[in-house]
Amino acid sequence: MTSRANAILLAVAVLGLAATPFFAEKFYVQFFAKLLIMGIFAMSLDLLLGYTGLVSFGHAAFYGASAYTLAILTPQYQAANFWTSFPIAIAVSATLALVIGFFVVRTHGIYFIMVTLAFAQMLFFLFHDTKIAGGNDGIYIDVRPVAKIGDWQPFNLDNFVHVFYLVLVFFVIVYVLLRVILASPFGRVLVGIKANEARMRSLGFPTFRYKLVAFVIAGAIAGVAGYLSSIQFGVVNPEMMGWHLSGAVMMMVILGGMGTLTGPIIGAAVWMLLELGLQGLPKVGSVDLGKHWQLWMGSFIVLASLLLPNGLLGLGASLLRRIGKQRGKPDA
Amino acid sequence: MEFSTFLIQLLNGVQYGLLLFLVSSGLTLVFGIMGIINIAHGSFYMVGAYLAWSLTGAIGNFWLALPAGIVISVLIGMLLEWLVIRWLYHRDHLYQVLLTYGLILVVEELRSVLWGDDVRGVDIPKILSASIPLTENQSYPVYRLWISAVCLLVAGLMYWVIQKTRLGMMIRAGASNREMVQSLGINIQVVYRVVFAAGLTLAALAGMIAAPVSAVFPGMGNHVLIVCFVVVVIGGMGSVKGALIASLLIGLVDTFGKVVTLAIGGFKVLPELSSMTVYVLMAAILLWRPEGLFGKRL
Repeated sequence: MTSRANAILLAVAVLGLAATPFFAEKFYVQFFAKLLIMGIFAMSLDLLLGYTGLVSFGHAAFYGASAYTLAILTPQYQAANFWTSFPIAIAVSATLALVIGFFVVRTHGIYFIMVTLAFAQMLFFLFHDTKIAGGNDGIYIDVRPVAKIGDWQPFNLDNFVHVFYLVLVFFVIVYVLLRVILASPFGRVLVGIKANEARMRSLGFPTFRYKLVAFVIAGAIAGVAGYLSSIQFGVVNPEMMGWHLSGAVMMMVILGGMGTLTGPIIGAAVWMLLELGLQGLPKVGSVDLGKHWQLWMGSFIVLASLLLPNGLLGLGASLLRRIGKQRGKPDA
Repeated sequence: MEFSTFLIQLLNGVQYGLLLFLVSSGLTLVFGIMGIINIAHGSFYMVGAYLAWSLTGAIGNFWLALPAGIVISVLIGMLLEWLVIRWLYHRDHLYQVLLTYGLILVVEELRSVLWGDDVRGVDIPKILSASIPLTENQSYPVYRLWISAVCLLVAGLMYWVIQKTRLGMMIRAGASNREMVQSLGINIQVVYRVVFAAGLTLAALAGMIAAPVSAVFPGMGNHVLIVCFVVVVIGGMGSVKGALIASLLIGLVDTFGKVVTLAIGGFKVLPELSSMTVYVLMAAILLWRPEGLFGKRL
């Protein structure tokens, strides 16, 4: 698939999504908003996983950090200000990524995986075991942030359709931003680091700094996703920082196909549909298939990581190639 | 702090550290020899604890449940290696992490189906239920001393097998050059299967002997796994000696972090933030030696 075809396809998808609130029920509008939030989250991880070669297993830490920032900034029974709480929340995620990144980016391979997970779990236990923001029960954001400029209110976050469009706008912004970053010289260096870090270093690139900046950008974008999630659901809990989410978002990236931006989006969509479908499985006799959906999800992950090393996009591409070969055409 | 309190905390720290060593040695062994990172390792700690609970209930005797649990763990390990792990030897760590993450979900859900979601307890066996009095109102339970003794015994046994036996020779050779060992007529596939099963059994054994002093509950392996990662990062991946030293270090830091009070500038740091101590230790080691105390320089 050429990048132009890709862009057109995505534009069509975004336009199609933009039309959903006109005919879809509330449940589906909210489902699509959640899907787009996960898409943002997965794209941010792919900047590390697919482009820089940093396998971060603690990405949920930054997602949860901005959500907790909003929860703490929201006064009881009152609304926070969107225009101040949003940048502060993103700044908290970015700063956290800078601090954690400072320690983890100096490690490689397997150590990087373990250390990112360990730091994320440290934050998880900090919120889980102490009384900060509701402890292990989490905290409700009773009143959504208000987005007033003077007396004018451009959008109302209590309205699920407005939330949906806000998420969609951020989704497009993040996609374009990542495209720009990846096309820039900075982005080319990241790809070079993934291919061969030692060579990039001997070419004179301070790879530590490049990796750290990538880590901070990814953390900040994950923060955007976390903030949006907390305004959509109005609840923040330690699970938002937990490793189940870190693992799930990693799976979305791999499932769709890492090293592309479309891949994580497709992966997020497939993952969420799968989750919805498995949870809705019926009872067969005395066995409740839907209650134990994690069993099927786990089995699916095991099979997918064995059979789909290049994700669904990779599978699609190799199928296309195979069809092309049978018709006697040269490889695309 | 009084001396008797100090002694009790010291013994607790060492016991916790040795138990951690039992779990993390399995993790580091499987990585060091097979190059496999198994993040479902903590789940088998939980499986061990549930095995101890259900087998003790079924047989009615902890001392018979223990060997039965070990046999079952070895079988689970061999089955898993044959089913999924052996396809991962030539794959990137990323896929090993993902696949074993999937295993966590599967194991956790199977546990829910088989044993339910309730918190369980295992009684301390009668012979070891006594306590050693230290002062008038302080004493130390014998069972905890027994845990430490078992861990030390297993550590010694591991050293003997790896360094002194023919199997150990094959294992060490397999770790440094898989193809060469194979061409010398040794079935490396079988060696790997044994190593994986042994690593898994170490985690399960730790869960079994820890069951009487800690509750048996869903997700109990998660915290242990993360602390094991910290152990391995500090000790150096693949180094059993590093795992032993790091485990003891963490056992002591974690235990004393919970009882020592420390305030910096009027701001109470310990024990309020005691859950953070081991991570702070890890961060410090990362700055100093990113490859761990006994790891190979990368």
